[in-house]
Amino acid sequence: MTTENRTVVVTGIGAFTPLGGDAASTWEGLLAGRSGVRALEEDWAADLPVRIAARSAVEPAEVLPRPLLRKLDRSAQFALIAAREAWADAGYEQPATDEASPLDPERLGSVIASGIGGVTTLLDQYDVLREKGARKVSPHTVPMLMPNSPSANVGIEVGAQAGVHTPVSACASGAEAIGYAIEMIRTGRADVVVAGGTEAAIHPLPVAAFASMMAMSKRNDEPLRASRPYDKARDGFVLGEGAGVVVLESAEHAAKRGARVYCEAVGQGLSSDAHHIAQPEPTGSGVARALAQLFEHTDLDKAAVVHVNAHATSTPQGDVAEIKALRKELGEHLDHVAISATKSMTGHLLGGAGGVETVATVLALHHRQAPPTINVEDLDDEVDADIVRFEPRELPQGRIAALNNSFGFGGHNVVLAFRTV
Amino acid sequence: MAHTQDEVLSGLAEIVNEIAGIPQEDVELDKSFTDDLDVDSLSMVEVVVAAEERFDVKIPDDEVKNLKTVGDAVNYILTNAA
Repeated sequence: MTTENRTVVVTGIGAFTPLGGDAASTWEGLLAGRSGVRALEEDWAADLPVRIAARSAVEPAEVLPRPLLRKLDRSAQFALIAAREAWADAGYEQPATDEASPLDPERLGSVIASGIGGVTTLLDQYDVLREKGARKVSPHTVPMLMPNSPSANVGIEVGAQAGVHTPVSACASGAEAIGYAIEMIRTGRADVVVAGGTEAAIHPLPVAAFASMMAMSKRNDEPLRASRPYDKARDGFVLGEGAGVVVLESAEHAAKRGARVYCEAVGQGLSSDAHHIAQPEPTGSGVARALAQLFEHTDLDKAAVVHVNAHATSTPQGDVAEIKALRKELGEHLDHVAISATKSMTGHLLGGAGGVETVATVLALHHRQAPPTINVEDLDDEVDADIVRFEPRELPQGRIAALNNSFGFGGHNVVLAFRTV
Repeated sequence: MAHTQDEVLSGLAEIVNEIAGIPQEDVELDKSFTDDLDVDSLSMVEVVVAAEERFDVKIPDDEVKNLKTVGDAVNYILTNAA
């Protein structure tokens, strides 16, 4: 196969988040500065040090039929709902394998990632094994818990035969999936790819485990104020759940069918820290290398970047390291960049974050509005950048670009770039 | 306690409805689990385990492949239930 260099565009978006059951309600929540974080009222949370989380705003049971719910882990349920929305939003009316479909299934891919996979299925079925015996363990357990399950189920749903993939890189997984999908189209392996991230890990074990790493906010009495990136009093991330999915397409393919184009997916920058399994490299050098790679391998002009949807999870170290990296690579251009930390409202969706935040970044360009970062009451002195606070910020006219950053435990750094057409 | 054919059929219909979402009235003796009722091989295991519990019967793994229609399952349960 010859290596091509095709332009990739975004033609569909879908989201299922703590702020809403679709992309429109999520966007509305982001612009309104609404927090999706709530107290965990379940009995199991009572004795945990962390008793807050950002549950999905809508329960999948309100959307999907019962037989499907039995066969899909919650993470795959989220992904399927978001993917269906994105698929319809892109103007596709049936699976590519359907005879009536204008799309060649062998030119369609699915790349949906999850950081942890079907962890609630695994743990719930272990409870079944211990309490009721092996015979009662669900025969759907393996296809539900495998981390490629959301991608595979979405691939079956849309009829994707060019390849179904699942990159796993903790909290960078969703962004890495979208980057992988961009490459599939850019290099000519596919014309259309459904891509994004999903996560459903609000369960006592993951909550206890993250809490024991001292990674999470313990602001249990003030859930709405708990996720506060860049604020001096930030004390860790708030676990969220949900999915964000986009339909990516070669510009040529989109033009040929007269599709509505949200923006161009310019490309990605990737790097790894080789520093610590769970700590960010404090100077941000790994993130800076990912940014440098992005500008080196794409035609993106630094001066065109006017908005960054930051990784900014509300941890003391990570938020500052990211800003240092942006300053290092963008220099004085950073003074004209509106930075939004949407995790202040959605919480941290782990492997779902890159998906949801890509949807937010695409909509920010589309509507030329950067969402606010809530709870920044006392801006950290080390944050030498223009954080959008209190209310949305209008973005400039002309051909503008935006970045979506995602980093993960293990030292994975992914920067995605989008640009108006 | 012995079950009647109607009891077993309606019990199976409830189980298939719960697992596969098929309306109970569509679960008839001549229907194939796979071809007519959207019960794939994994969901069939769920049906079997639920039926074992409901009708107090053991359905060995080797026997499951012989239960192609609802009628096959009803007959097996009527013959083998405690």
